[in-house]
Amino acid sequence: MSKKSFRQAINEALRQEMRRDPTVILMGEDVAGGRGGSAGTQDAWGGVLGVTKGLYEEFGETRVLDTPITEASYIGAAAGAAVTGLRPVAELMFVDFVGCCLDQIMNQAAKFRYMFGGKARTPLVIRAMYGAGFNAAAQHSQALYPLFTHIPGLKVVIPSSPYEAKGLLISAIRDDDPVIFLENKVMYDVEEDVPDEPYAIPFGEANLTREGDDVTIVAFGRMVGMANEAADRLAKKGIGCTVIDPRTTSPLDSETILDCVADTGRLVIVDESSPRCNMATDIAALVAEEAFDSLRAPIRRVVPPHTPVPFATVLETLYMPSVEKIEAAVTATMNHRVTEKV
Amino acid sequence: MTPDITPITMPKFGLAMTEGKIAGWLVEPGTQVTAGEELVDIETSKITNTFESPVAGLLRRHVAANGEMLPVGALIGIVADAAVADTDIDAFITRFQADFAAASDQPDGAEAADEPVMMQVGAHSLRVHDRGAGDGTPLVLIHGFGGDLKNWMLNHAALAHGRRVIAFDLPGHGGSSKDVGPGTLAFFADVTAQLLAHLDLSRVHVMGHSLGGGIALTLARTRPALVASLTLIAPAGLGPQINMDFINGFIEADRVRGLQDVLKYLVHDKSLIGRRMADDVLRYKRLDGAEAALRQVAEACFPGGKQGDDLRPVLAGADVPVTLIWGQADEILPVVQADGLPGSVTRHLLPAIGHMPQLESATAVNEVVGAFIGHEVATA
Repeated sequence: MSKKSFRQAINEALRQEMRRDPTVILMGEDVAGGRGGSAGTQDAWGGVLGVTKGLYEEFGETRVLDTPITEASYIGAAAGAAVTGLRPVAELMFVDFVGCCLDQIMNQAAKFRYMFGGKARTPLVIRAMYGAGFNAAAQHSQALYPLFTHIPGLKVVIPSSPYEAKGLLISAIRDDDPVIFLENKVMYDVEEDVPDEPYAIPFGEANLTREGDDVTIVAFGRMVGMANEAADRLAKKGIGCTVIDPRTTSPLDSETILDCVADTGRLVIVDESSPRCNMATDIAALVAEEAFDSLRAPIRRVVPPHTPVPFATVLETLYMPSVEKIEAAVTATMNHRVTEKV
Repeated sequence: MTPDITPITMPKFGLAMTEGKIAGWLVEPGTQVTAGEELVDIETSKITNTFESPVAGLLRRHVAANGEMLPVGALIGIVADAAVADTDIDAFITRFQADFAAASDQPDGAEAADEPVMMQVGAHSLRVHDRGAGDGTPLVLIHGFGGDLKNWMLNHAALAHGRRVIAFDLPGHGGSSKDVGPGTLAFFADVTAQLLAHLDLSRVHVMGHSLGGGIALTLARTRPALVASLTLIAPAGLGPQINMDFINGFIEADRVRGLQDVLKYLVHDKSLIGRRMADDVLRYKRLDGAEAALRQVAEACFPGGKQGDDLRPVLAGADVPVTLIWGQADEILPVVQADGLPGSVTRHLLPAIGHMPQLESATAVNEVVGAFIGHEVATA
């Protein structure tokens, strides 16, 4: 056990699974990291994110495949390789690029098991970075997990910390269905204790990062850390928050969410994706339908406005959910008083 | 210089604890308390434990409110004589908080060194936590099935006065490598002996809990010269019966909810088993090889749902001092297994305590063990 960054945790998961299982391969733009450049190094950067550093050197060009800049071709190739016996981990770089290869994911990989009568397995992982807060502008800042969550046949994973990232990526690689694995680009340097050994965190079981009696906060990915900080500040004011990290949006651990709402009677959902038809609306609908009688206040959503992610730093900050916005939402739900109908 | 004011600070239960939450004050301000009186329940990431007043006096303030999460050493309350003015208490609090904030910014190098380390012992990579120093015969702590060195979180530091106290993770457990060979008590006793040789220890007190008690007894049989005394807490090997619902449930549970129910067998006070404790166990169980190791141990030690090793003859024949501690409400190994032992075995049967007295009744266990091995040193 030692402190590892989010980036190192993902690298270690890839390396350990590639050592364990020779059918695991990597594909993507620059995953070998600028080999053949003027510096003469074969593995200079480890991809644009530095995540795959050292893997080309260890596993060679038959297992770490640099692809042309054509998402439709290599994501399609990865889906085909998966259904014919390999376990590809394809890197889409920015999740925003899914626009170029959605058919391969939505109409091909996601449908194979169903349309081949349950006889096909598609052990494909697509890794991509998401999220605003990096000043990367509207085409490189979206949080598109609701898009994938919407498609039956895909599993969608959003790790909230280095420990979570390693264990969830190992589960993703060992899973026999296509998995979209989304990494928040602001979190690559976040560090925490991560076991050196391989371990797998099961999909569909939420993690409770804080426990309190007054308000349930559901948050995803990077928002979990913000929700934790808000919960810690609120605890000092005597407001106890339970923070739920669902870990996967598909499958979704609705049981834990409903149990916690039954206990607290109040719900705040923190979701950095665009506010229409996102995870916050999905969970709000679930709770309104299944736990209406437990609610003591309206459900509140801490979400960005329905606009493209702004490039200007001040506007981007304004756009994003924040610890302060979460605190304000929790306080508002605590202050709500039910008015009796006459 | 305010000798009349005693700060009550966030205690440190075990090494891993860096912060604690005020789960609930048990005493209101304005109440006279005695030293040792239960003041406040503190919830850590692993367990909720009651903190007792270090002094007698009047509890004047709750500085930390119920539900508040604070670092170890932070001010949570004030005990002071009724004669001390409120303004003096306010001034004391302000000064304490300023000093504490300043100290928290300092890197604590000495603390950081007191951590478990990995050791290569034969074919095994073992996580070992070696604490304390002194002339006393060292004490070795052996945890039970599915446990790890953190099972001693409320005992390890308390016992490490004037002697080394070494806790370690058995193979297949905690942070140690996951190969358990045949998974038998003899195998684990052999690894324990290898570790002692690696640490250059030729004679130690041995304290074992549950399966670790069976390992300690096996060690006393196979390497009697190593064992200065035996402290057995609800040990394996003294009767055939064992709660296989616990063993199988522990092996199979892969979700917090299911595991939490299984862990409740371990204690009499079920409220001790929080979700975070189950989370912690799952972190271990998720490691590659952990489940296979547990299955191997269960198969080797509990064939057909019964304990396979009868270690009563060890106690009958041994001339080593033995103390036995057992919770009367043990739901894993029934306390009747403590009956019918030689008169030389000192028995401490604790009412309303489950299978983990070292956690559930830590103070009592530490007193018993401290007196027992302290006495051995004195007469050695």
